[in-house]
Amino acid sequence: MAFIIRRRGAMALGASAAAMALARQATGQTIPKADVPPLNLPIEKGATLRLLRPARFVEPDEVIFRANSAKFAKETGVEVKVDLVGWEDIRQQTAVSANTGAGPDIILGWAEDPHIYADKVIELSDVAEYLGKKYGGWMFLGEKFGKRAKTNNWIGLPMGGSGGPLVYRVSALKEAGHDKVPTDHAGLLKLCQDLKKINKPAGFALGNAVGDANGFANWMLWSHGGSLIDDDGKVVINSKETLNALNFVKELYPTFVSGTMSWNDISNNRAYASNELFFTSNGVSLYFSLKNDPATKPIADDTEHAPLVKGLASTAPMSATVLNGMVFKHTKFPNAAKAYLAFMMEAEQYDPWLTGCLGYWSHPLKAYDKSKVWESDPKIALYRETMNNQFWSGYKGPITQAAGTVTAEYVLVQMFASVASGQATPADAAKEAERRTRRYYR
Amino acid sequence: MTVVTTGDWTRARPQPNWLARLFDYKPFLVLACLTPALGLLLVFLTYPLGLGIWLSFTDTKIGGAGKYIGIENFEYLLEDPQFWGAVFYSVFYTGVATFGKFALGLWLALLLNNHVPFKSLLRAIILLPWIVPTVLSALAFWWLYDPQFSIFSYVAVDVLGIRSTPFDFLSTTWPARWSLIAANIWRGIPFVAISLLAGLQTISPSLYEAALLDGSSAWQRFRYITFPLLLPILAIVMTFSIIFTFTDFQLVYAITRGGPLNSTHLMATLAFQRGISGGELGEGAAIAVAMIPFLVGATLFSYFALARRKWQQGESDD
Repeated sequence: MAFIIRRRGAMALGASAAAMALARQATGQTIPKADVPPLNLPIEKGATLRLLRPARFVEPDEVIFRANSAKFAKETGVEVKVDLVGWEDIRQQTAVSANTGAGPDIILGWAEDPHIYADKVIELSDVAEYLGKKYGGWMFLGEKFGKRAKTNNWIGLPMGGSGGPLVYRVSALKEAGHDKVPTDHAGLLKLCQDLKKINKPAGFALGNAVGDANGFANWMLWSHGGSLIDDDGKVVINSKETLNALNFVKELYPTFVSGTMSWNDISNNRAYASNELFFTSNGVSLYFSLKNDPATKPIADDTEHAPLVKGLASTAPMSATVLNGMVFKHTKFPNAAKAYLAFMMEAEQYDPWLTGCLGYWSHPLKAYDKSKVWESDPKIALYRETMNNQFWSGYKGPITQAAGTVTAEYVLVQMFASVASGQATPADAAKEAERRTRRYYR
Repeated sequence: MTVVTTGDWTRARPQPNWLARLFDYKPFLVLACLTPALGLLLVFLTYPLGLGIWLSFTDTKIGGAGKYIGIENFEYLLEDPQFWGAVFYSVFYTGVATFGKFALGLWLALLLNNHVPFKSLLRAIILLPWIVPTVLSALAFWWLYDPQFSIFSYVAVDVLGIRSTPFDFLSTTWPARWSLIAANIWRGIPFVAISLLAGLQTISPSLYEAALLDGSSAWQRFRYITFPLLLPILAIVMTFSIIFTFTDFQLVYAITRGGPLNSTHLMATLAFQRGISGGELGEGAAIAVAMIPFLVGATLFSYFALARRKWQQGESDD
């Protein structure tokens, strides 16, 4: 089922050659570094490491990652075996590895994973603090997903995050009589209605699309001031704010292009690339795949990005898909593993990787704001801020396995979809979502 | 005088060695022959089944040991509208798709049983939908049903101009359900048709000749010769077909993933969704266990309602 694995990346393959060329110029020279004493991690004798990470989404992602690992082997003598698995499978493999105490020493898993296995992973505070000091500090989501809830102990090392702001066609907005994306709900509704009128509609996934649909559902909820749970982990989804969000989506949905109820993660990319869709949200990969294919180059030239409409939120109501590194207690070579993670985050290695990925895995350390990749194309500047988003899955509560389950079970997506399709009243939908969420947070 | 006594001489029979004796010992032989098969069944069937049933009574999550919670999972499912939706659609999907497959499959088998040119070639072609890996045909249907790029929509909107909007195959409840059933029928026809064709060819032509002499009509020949003689094989094929359809997973998962709004979840896809994607292994196992009564019921129905004919047991049919 290749269409779900590397879902965002399926269209970005054409971007590979351009990305490699760009990555060759990125050597970390432009990244400001503070003068910090190097980490003191005596590497164990005869150490070797095994690492598991999600499949690449563009070729340079894997090529540069492997090259960096080979460089580490050359400098320290520690061989690192890198294995890649499908996006949908890595969470299960992480679970097995954590429970059996065998398998890879390091896993670059998804955001919540180190928090789920907090007592199975070693603390990475020394590495994280060293990197933070050297590279201007961690960005918001970096700290959020790195530190154990309500402590200063780092259990994960976020290596990057991918966000999905608005992607739209400038010409379509102009034709509909708008010169920019509004920041309030009324404006958003008006814009979508106007786009519908000129037959250049907006569209956001409401089907079982892990990334896109959850992104849309969270956006609608957060921008109305709602949240799934409160600070203490109590389920508060059945609220006045949620009802407002549901009523808004009920009005917004008729302006969408047809079929969004059955969209998966790749659907909006395809519709956008074929002039059927003019206003949606997606990772940076959509833009690059358009830009690097001569057939769709005109669409890319006409494309702009904007932050998700804020509504009542103070910042863009958006989280990120975070790549979170963790080292398991069962490793025989904890120092080597930590040294490796630190090495991969150093400018000489990280900058080419960040650049090769075209900013898809946006950086978690502030100094990388200065990376050349963000100047390579002014239209992607927005993605630079991805890890500064102030929201996370399971907002506002602590990061837990239940938050991951709610996402995987599409609880919020289906809450919105049932109201949009007229199958449930807002009150019933919110109650059903509460019932399901309670089950996972029991 | 010497008397030589010659006893009844018999050739000293060599005592068979212990190994040969062991293998002549019937209880041992039975055990030795059964062990490999029993071992396979235990390891690959009984153990996973038992584990699944055990898991359904625990709150196990992926990545965490669970504890025994009795029938709490089932209690939750009883009041879970999604679960009942999946039960309904599983039964509906199985019922309608099986009916469709048998109606069309039997028709196809009757056609193929006649003398048509290129008979073997035709039969080979008929099998194609069944040979293609399900995921591949599911992907093909996924494109056919795509909200933006469906070929049907293209023909209707852009070529013929008889519609102004594309067909909505998968975004609303009932069209999505029927679309999946159509895909399943398409895939299942060959199996039914070829199996029934094999059954048709075992019916002796002399029966038809006799009936013709009696001046029977085509319908009478079908009703009183073909159908009764086909019934045993029909029962077996139907049992298999019901089980395959009820436990279908790939088509639904690849085309709709249970959407829109969980309206096309079968019990199998819901179990996977809850157990693996959602990480609630215990609950997923409970859904899978809930399928067992349906499957046992379907099997018993086929055997008792369709196949228990006295003539099969060597008695006369009265």
